[in-house]
Amino acid sequence: MPVITIDGVAYEVQQGQNLLESCLSLGLDLPYFCWHPAMGSIGACRQCALVQYQNAEDTRGRIVMGCMTPVTDGAIFSLAGDKARHFREAIVESLMLNHPHDCPVCAEGGECHLQDMTVMVGHRDRHYRGRKNTHRNQYLGPLINHEMNRCITCYRCTRYYRDYAGGTDLAAMAAHDHIYFGRHQEGVLQSEFAGNLVEVCPTGVFTDKTLVHDYTRKWDLQSAPSVCVGCGVGCNTLPGERYGRLKRVHNRFNADVNGYFLCDRGRFGAGFVNSENALSYPGLREADGRYRALDHHDALHRMAESCARGKLAGIGSPRTSVEANFLLRELVGSQNYAPGFSDAEQLLVNLALELQQQSPAVIPDISTIESADAVLVLGEDVTNTAPRIALALRQSVRNKAYELAADLKLETWQDAAIRNLAQDQRSPLFIAAVADTPLDEVALQRLSLAPDAIAALGRAVADSIRGNTPATLAAPLDTLARDIAAALGAAKRPLVISGTGCASAPVMCAAQAVANALVDSGKQAMLCLCVPEANSLGQAMLAGPQAPDLEQLGKRAASGELDTLVVLENDLYRRGSRARINALLEAFSQVIVLDGLDNDTTSAATLALPAASFAESEGTLVSLEGRAQRYFPVFQPRDERRPSWVWLLACMKELEQPQAHALHHFDDITRACAAQVPALAGITAAAPDLHYLNLGVKIPRQPPRYSGRTAMRANISVHEPKQREDEETALAFTMEGLNRNQPAALLPWVWSPGWNSNQSVQKFQTHPGGPLKGGTAGVRLLHPGAQHSNGPTQGQQPGPLNDADDSQNPQDGRWQLVPRQRIFGSDELSALSPAIAELAGPGYIEINAVDAAALGVTPGAGVHVGDGLATLEVRVNDTVAAGCAGFSIGLAGTDNLIPLAVVTLSRAEGWRPRPQIIARDRGTGPGGTHV
Amino acid sequence: MSLDLPLTRNVRPDRAPTGFDAYEANGGYRGLRAAIGMSPADCLQIVKDSNLRGRGGAGFPTGMKWSFVPMDNPGGGHKYLICNADEMEPGTFKDRLLLECDPHQLIEGMICAAYTIQADVAYIFIRAEYHKAARLLREAIAVCYDKGYLGRDILGSGYTLDMQVHSSAGRYICGEETALISSLEGKRANPRAKPPFPQVSGLWGRPTIVNNVETLCNIHHIIERGADWFQALGLTEDAGTKLYGVSGRVKNPGCWELPMGTPIREIIEKHAGGMADGYQLRGFLPGGGSTDFLTPDHLDLAMDYGTIGKAGSRMGTGTMIILDDKTCPVGFVKNLMEFFARESCGFCTPCRDGLPWSAQVLDDIESGRGQAEDMDTLARQVEFIGAIGNTHCALAPGAMEPLQSALKYFREDFERHISGSACPWCDGGAH
Amino acid sequence: MSDRNDAALIPALSAIELTEIDAEIAHVPYRSAVAIDALKIVQAHRGWVSDESLRAIARHLDMSADELDGVATFYNLIYRRPVGDRVILLCNSISCWIKGCEGLREQITGQLGVGLGETTADNRYTLLPVTCLGACDKAPVMMVGDELHENVEALSLQAIFGDSGGDK
Repeated sequence: MPVITIDGVAYEVQQGQNLLESCLSLGLDLPYFCWHPAMGSIGACRQCALVQYQNAEDTRGRIVMGCMTPVTDGAIFSLAGDKARHFREAIVESLMLNHPHDCPVCAEGGECHLQDMTVMVGHRDRHYRGRKNTHRNQYLGPLINHEMNRCITCYRCTRYYRDYAGGTDLAAMAAHDHIYFGRHQEGVLQSEFAGNLVEVCPTGVFTDKTLVHDYTRKWDLQSAPSVCVGCGVGCNTLPGERYGRLKRVHNRFNADVNGYFLCDRGRFGAGFVNSENALSYPGLREADGRYRALDHHDALHRMAESCARGKLAGIGSPRTSVEANFLLRELVGSQNYAPGFSDAEQLLVNLALELQQQSPAVIPDISTIESADAVLVLGEDVTNTAPRIALALRQSVRNKAYELAADLKLETWQDAAIRNLAQDQRSPLFIAAVADTPLDEVALQRLSLAPDAIAALGRAVADSIRGNTPATLAAPLDTLARDIAAALGAAKRPLVISGTGCASAPVMCAAQAVANALVDSGKQAMLCLCVPEANSLGQAMLAGPQAPDLEQLGKRAASGELDTLVVLENDLYRRGSRARINALLEAFSQVIVLDGLDNDTTSAATLALPAASFAESEGTLVSLEGRAQRYFPVFQPRDERRPSWVWLLACMKELEQPQAHALHHFDDITRACAAQVPALAGITAAAPDLHYLNLGVKIPRQPPRYSGRTAMRANISVHEPKQREDEETALAFTMEGLNRNQPAALLPWVWSPGWNSNQSVQKFQTHPGGPLKGGTAGVRLLHPGAQHSNGPTQGQQPGPLNDADDSQNPQDGRWQLVPRQRIFGSDELSALSPAIAELAGPGYIEINAVDAAALGVTPGAGVHVGDGLATLEVRVNDTVAAGCAGFSIGLAGTDNLIPLAVVTLSRAEGWRPRPQIIARDRGTGPGGTHV
Repeated sequence: MSLDLPLTRNVRPDRAPTGFDAYEANGGYRGLRAAIGMSPADCLQIVKDSNLRGRGGAGFPTGMKWSFVPMDNPGGGHKYLICNADEMEPGTFKDRLLLECDPHQLIEGMICAAYTIQADVAYIFIRAEYHKAARLLREAIAVCYDKGYLGRDILGSGYTLDMQVHSSAGRYICGEETALISSLEGKRANPRAKPPFPQVSGLWGRPTIVNNVETLCNIHHIIERGADWFQALGLTEDAGTKLYGVSGRVKNPGCWELPMGTPIREIIEKHAGGMADGYQLRGFLPGGGSTDFLTPDHLDLAMDYGTIGKAGSRMGTGTMIILDDKTCPVGFVKNLMEFFARESCGFCTPCRDGLPWSAQVLDDIESGRGQAEDMDTLARQVEFIGAIGNTHCALAPGAMEPLQSALKYFREDFERHISGSACPWCDGGAH
Repeated sequence: MSDRNDAALIPALSAIELTEIDAEIAHVPYRSAVAIDALKIVQAHRGWVSDESLRAIARHLDMSADELDGVATFYNLIYRRPVGDRVILLCNSISCWIKGCEGLREQITGQLGVGLGETTADNRYTLLPVTCLGACDKAPVMMVGDELHENVEALSLQAIFGDSGGDK
């Protein structure tokens, strides 16, 4: 390892780092702006200057940029000397020439990297007497606020948005000191990852609009380590709370999962926690059909009474914790417990688990996905089902560039140089899907096929890798299969991605077959199968393949075998057609529903219990890579809301169920579950238990500068109540305690003296961009190849559950319904957040132009689907596979549509789209094209 | 003694362009035949031995620059030669002469240069306003394709070269070689960090050489007539001839090809005819708008890279701008600073924000609003911006050169502006 | 969301514009590499590059309008606002400044009634400053359209602008 000298002190540093990274790794405060650990160096801001000396005799030295200087053995630098200090101060003074100094009203205030760096360089006196340049701002949609006057032109926004995330609608405009970062015309930012601009921008140009509208300074936010419930990826988050409201969600760094970035569903999709439709009190349905509010003692008593009397069944939920689901299963008995998927999805998720357990391929985390040098995506629209993985795939195609760079001995952080070298050369990415996907633009080849054809293609690829003559495929698919096989075979780290997104078991099986063939041919192949919800895989692990599905529970209830149903955080109307769910619920005489939000299922309950959201409770979730991760309450639930596990445990105790005797704390449930369910045995290691102390103290949810604790309730009483003690976790609801060096799963916020912004995360990392000092949060439960069986798994294809038609062969006038997953709208909870709802829009049907012509419809017309299943707007998309009709799964009006069902479509005469919100806050300023 | 002036031998007094026939009749394309009769390695050696230095301003040895181009090309991808005809340095008007008067000379030089580095595509990146030159070059290139001097298998040598003209869309920064490459790729003309150098990763990530017009116009002469001949043309240690120019208040502003190392006094007093009547010489920028002032004390220096460098300036483009006694030095520097501030690409902080700040201070001083502390501010700006390495490219350090030397040689003039709260040369500075 | 569905709203490039742009595309490895050439081609035909023109070019080059606008607004000789029939590029760099280009600008302003960046009411001229035109020995200089005028004096303006002089 090279040894360098900084200010007379010799340091051993890591080979391949740049000087800025080395300085930060050594704990030296070297200010910077444009460099970002995930995006490398371009040398634009000139902030991270040091002086380099040629040799010991050189007394003048020359200014070098830390981020652009490789560390070489024997190099001599000065960081603290006058020359370097004065230069860095001059940079900040220059950056501040046109800055509006509007910190008091800026949403970035208090967590602003520009503020921090200004203080760090010691700049105080302003010498510039000229006028400031000003800019007009643009409307960028409901998520992001734009205030260009604050810009310091570090180029991070466009580098992130375009170069890293692949967005095309944000660019640097104009030149010299008129540079403007914005869109050609104002409008909604199109990238699914635009929200990261909020964290990437070192000042307040791009801020979180949902926070701006309900504002609290960072230092006044109480927060706790959490896990996103928006999809199956399990990104680590830091939700912040004040006054009982969830104010915003920030990224929580996890080197193996989300790194520095979230998707917009995750960042902006937690607004449902504050919803006016949130349940706050238990409700009992009276004979007249109206609900009567109860206090929680009363409600618990009612619940226990119903459970004691009834023949119990339970429906769990893939969107809530392992622990709550486990308790429900304990309460009702495993034979009466359905995991809460739709029947088709239950088979698919079980299959996903089985395929991964039985494959010898590596089950990659996201950082490993980024290392893939050839990728095959089968059937899955990753950007819309597991968005953060799509962002990783956009990095994986850059491995070709890194190979070229290695030939020229360029380090990976030399970002601009590598992009200029590689231009548009990318590692191969092949996508076969039912229609276009956002990743197509970086794919070497993409094509649209019906699900069965995707599976056939995958099997042919697997055959080709094994050297077998592939099953007959029509040209040009046969050639394509061979090309894909060759590209995967030529790669060092090939990756196959599929999942439940196109609802096809054969597609997932084919994906596994390709990965298995690659492993058998000696490759370090990877297999990633996406599942829809935050705890889908956990539910498959808990319930197992033999668990009853909704259909079976319904039948048993209809036969009188069951009469009391407990539904856990699950709107069943998203799990089957309205008629089927109505029939299911009507088969039970008592329906007890625990949920946080009012929905059709809670409306059908005889007893509804308000369940705390993820932000008000603790739990373990198992992500699609089989990573068990713990989330912690950010704040205490208001009114009579309780975490579901609290309701369930109390009910079991009230019923004096023996298995509840030993359960006192949340951790006891985790341990009991781990002990009883072999697949979940590892979950106790997801995070330290409540007894963990950090050097003798708890970990504070409130940062050291948390203010106004006495004043917050002064309108009610001037006496400050005692802060509630957290009896369930190692975190405290106070600012007292120690947030340093604890296990990563317990990191509640990032802050370090002098580093008030999110950039302070580097103080918690082993080195910039590296893992946290407290390790990596979460524990992997899947161990590839553990149950490797040689034979290919034959997935059981769930039959379409459409009552109207179960034919498998599309023919004239019939289409196979294929899900078109939408990042904004397909997920239940995030779609209940106002900002996301604004982007989701109403449901639609997507068909290609030939089919549209055959139907006699044009874009914007309406079609009837099946016999009264739905009437939806038509979109014409020529990439939709022939014979398929895409439908925006999860969006309004699509509840009755079942994936892969074969249906008729017919033109809806006189149909008009429903009016919708275009934008809540548009048109408040002059706006228009930038100047 | 009749001077050997290879670059301008086809320049006619009326500056009418020399066509193909006249060009070839006067010995044109002999250098090309000589080059393709040799190996590329031999051509490179001659250019190295000739001690030719880049005429665009930086003066980097041309042969050495070329020697970094990888000659084994296993992938078989393109290599590029680019002629930088983006002449925009304030006070510089030499390349226009070569482009408009003798387009075939540039083309022949480029073919020889491209052959030497085995480039298969050559571009002439010409500034937008040089309409006439662009048209002449396009016509000349078409003739060369017809004659077999360009295109497949040039003169049966097996060597293939395509050449085209790219007309730019403005912006001084495009003259910086890596910014030029960005612009040629259809992007914003931001310069690129080095390494990697364009020789290994340039246009579209491929090996690329960018040379100035005047540099390239020398190549076939050197290859045809040899390194010794070229060395002997210069009067001092620097080789060849040079296009020198003088603008400002002299009797006969103009541009002349003279032996490298011609004394400054000879250029100004003999060729430019001395100062215009009623004007005294106060100083001059020796090589365009981004070089340090020299003063009448320096008139007897030889105009070559080493000598001018030792005197504290740079030979730059070799086109001098005269500061006379009736022109305000503060206004002069302010004009340059406003130019550079406006032409900053906006990529790095010292240039993007530092130059407008410096221009603002100069404007305050020139307008009588200067304050005593402004002199410190300007000195700090020179220190802050003025060194290569402080900024992303050489634009801003170049912009500081006239200012820093003006503060040295004309400090009293700055102070008189401040103490008198007015420009002693009155409002505008120049009249 | 609307951005990607507004193809129908974009007017097509003319056949001749397409021919010229496609000729440039033939020389480069990817279409967006001819962004500047394409902007210049359309500007040559239409005088300037409107938002609509810009979007049409961007579509033809498989790039976003945002990226192309970033390129277009960088270069001072791509006009993103309407200009007059002929653009006056008045050199205001150092040699021309020494020789009195500021006075010349005042003369032009007086004669045509426009300041820098403005277009005459009859739409015949737009006056813009330009970097050193490389004719410093003939300072002050300016271009009107494609034509370079050297050693410009107040008296020669009348001849250059003809009867435009004094109509304002």
